[in-house]
Amino acid sequence: MTIQNKGSDTMVNLALAWAERYQALYPEARIAVTGGGSGTGIAALINNNVHLANASRRIKDEEIASARANGIDPQEYIIAHDAIAIIVHPSNPVDQLTLQQISDIYSGKITNWREVGGEDRPIVRLSRETNSGTHVYFLEAVVRMNDPHNRTLFSPDTLLLPSSEGIGAEVRLNPNAIGYDGLGYVTGDMKIVAVGLDAAGPFWPASVELVTSGDYPISRDMFIYAAGVPEGPVAVYLAWLMGPEAQKIVLDLGFVPYQAEAP
Amino acid sequence: MNVAPSHSKSQAWLEFLIERAIQIAGISAIVLVALIFFFLIREGAPAFTTVPLTSLLVTRWYPIEGYYGLLPLVLGSLIVTVGAAIFALPLGLMTAIFVGEIAPSWVRDILKPFIEVLAGIPSVVIGFIGMVALSPLIRVALDIPTGLTAFTGALLLAWMALPTIVSVAEDALDAVPATYRDAGLALGMTRWQVIWKIVVPAARTGVLTALMLGVGRAIGETMTVMMVTGNAPRLALTPRDLFLPVRTMTATIAAEMGEVAQGSQHYFVLFAVGLTLFVITFIVNMAAAAVVFRQVKRAERVLS
Amino acid sequence: MISRQLTQRIAFTVITLAALLVVLPILAIVVYIVIEGVSAISWEFLTAMPRDGMKAGGIWPAIVGTLWLTLGTAVVAVPIGVGAAIYLSEYAGDNTLTRAIRIAIINLAGIPSVVFGLFGLGLFVIFLQFGTSILAGSLTLGIMTLPIIISTAEESLRAVPQSFRVVSISLGGTRWQTIQRVVLPQALPGIITGIILGLERAAGETAPILFTVAAFFLPRLPQSMFDQTMALPYHLFVISTQVPGMPVRIQYGTALVLLIFVLSMNVVATLIRRRYRSQRFW
Repeated sequence: MTIQNKGSDTMVNLALAWAERYQALYPEARIAVTGGGSGTGIAALINNNVHLANASRRIKDEEIASARANGIDPQEYIIAHDAIAIIVHPSNPVDQLTLQQISDIYSGKITNWREVGGEDRPIVRLSRETNSGTHVYFLEAVVRMNDPHNRTLFSPDTLLLPSSEGIGAEVRLNPNAIGYDGLGYVTGDMKIVAVGLDAAGPFWPASVELVTSGDYPISRDMFIYAAGVPEGPVAVYLAWLMGPEAQKIVLDLGFVPYQAEAP
Repeated sequence: MNVAPSHSKSQAWLEFLIERAIQIAGISAIVLVALIFFFLIREGAPAFTTVPLTSLLVTRWYPIEGYYGLLPLVLGSLIVTVGAAIFALPLGLMTAIFVGEIAPSWVRDILKPFIEVLAGIPSVVIGFIGMVALSPLIRVALDIPTGLTAFTGALLLAWMALPTIVSVAEDALDAVPATYRDAGLALGMTRWQVIWKIVVPAARTGVLTALMLGVGRAIGETMTVMMVTGNAPRLALTPRDLFLPVRTMTATIAAEMGEVAQGSQHYFVLFAVGLTLFVITFIVNMAAAAVVFRQVKRAERVLS
Repeated sequence: MISRQLTQRIAFTVITLAALLVVLPILAIVVYIVIEGVSAISWEFLTAMPRDGMKAGGIWPAIVGTLWLTLGTAVVAVPIGVGAAIYLSEYAGDNTLTRAIRIAIINLAGIPSVVFGLFGLGLFVIFLQFGTSILAGSLTLGIMTLPIIISTAEESLRAVPQSFRVVSISLGGTRWQTIQRVVLPQALPGIITGIILGLERAAGETAPILFTVAAFFLPRLPQSMFDQTMALPYHLFVISTQVPGMPVRIQYGTALVLLIFVLSMNVVATLIRRRYRSQRFW
């Protein structure tokens, strides 16, 4: 049987690398990987269309309820961690931003780079689409500063780009742009802006070590949701994903291997 | 119906079946259009019952938090389509005139298939080129914050609609009787005067049809706009908004359809957006159809 | 006062420029893709499975997927489409039903491709429980392709002179025998041209297959029509928007392969049409 693995675009390349390696080791195994965003994966889970759903955000209570109403009992597994890097064009002089500043930029309160110490340029805000777990995580953790009562929204002129690479492409070319993305998607031709909790610092650039040490403010868990407790080949695959070889692939792709105890 | 003497009973029975099958195939188009329409209504109507009408008319589209304002999407599609029409009509008409009236026949023989090549280029390829090559160019050339704008989308859509517009307009020009032209020339008019003052006005309904079909094509385009317009659900109310990002109805459906759980509010609203698109293109096509029947000579280009 | 001759010269120049403005970008796009993509084309690229997260290896499964979907579209659209065309050309009277059919065809032709995708998702994938599969994708693409095939086929059938039919019937043939042995063969090249043009469009479409059949990565080629498949348009979309560090060469290479696939169908159809026009018996 083919293991269906759908969901997070942030994780899709990771899922692909895992699938490739696993199938190289065990040629009888069959794994199909599709992206579409965390929302897509969870929707597929609810619709009973997938064995393992990848999500870069936690499943919502309403989604759990919908799944249970459909006879599916989602099982959550934390499979890796990820740093959300704040990226800008390499020529952008801004080196660091506080969480509040980033929130204000994305909600539309700050509109020009010179308000945060940069050049006199309009800020072009790049984001993932609403179906992206990264988007939802960013909304909750950064725009709303982890405050569940905060109802701030993204500014309506935020560009919602089809995928992580869409953000990358624009950041590489446009000096006005600011974007956010998983560390695995940051390439050498972009500049990472260090993030701090307040103006006094300290400011941390996104990196694997700083996520592991717990210092980097915007890091998150990467989840795999199974449709019920996994059995058979799905269970074996999932166990392998938690093992050392799969976790090394996690590291290779720029993510943070999961730790059994939360930092 | 004549039945030849050697026509056996089983042959007649087979023929009867075949002809029934053909009749069924004949009405298939009606059946399918009705099926699509009813399906869209079935899945989209609950949007109007579960989401209060006022919510659909707000100015925010943010479905994951329950903001289902359709206005930014409709305006997004509108501004991109109007922009495309503004480019495509003069360009399309002029090219049709060139191909039909001015170009020597060897040029025409190369040009017509060439324009059809454009019709064949997949929209994802055009979107890809637009994203990596055109939008940085536009950003730099027009000195705007980003090149992912309605303008970029309108430009690409205009090009994609051109083969349709050119061939239908050219057919319309071609249909103008030679006697009209001869009369004009006999009166001493230059070729240009004949074209501009006689032929084009005589063909104006066909030209209008061409534009409507082109517009219909532009409204429905998905991949290209998804890759180059930035997908920001802004309210595009002024011409200035042409140079800012927008979000079209088609891109919204394509981007969000995968993430909706069946039977959720979001699911219904997306189908409602699809229904809206269906109705809009239905109206545009009905208007064009009223005239297009008489212009259909090379129908495959009309519908390509 | 500008002379009429001068007006004409100005007008003709502007118009020629407009035509160039239309044509040159087409040339530019094609040439650009060829230049950037040709370096990626190799036997391996065309026939190997992708490796290393799609960044190396080939696009064979996407090519195969597109071929399967094109075949599936043909299976769905050709019988119904040609049948409907025969009905309209040979059987239908000039009545309200016929007019309604024609209106329906024009509308079907104008429906946005993403709405077909929505319809396909709702009806074939979810309601009829076919799941994301070649079956669902082919049905969706087939319905989308129907109007093109119907109108070109009908036109080709109509172009056969009435005298052919009259002679056949006067020799004792039935209506169907006339169609089958006389009219259809004469109209066949035109019908085939229309089918190829319709399939060309289906092969290049992304929106209808997004949620009805396409997958990012499949471990092996599809084994049945209930399987998902990779496909060239979707593959291009994914590798140009989702994979970091994707060599630009591979993106252009994939675009080039898709372009060649689609345009060669165009060329074949045009050649058939030309030969048909010159070889007609009337």
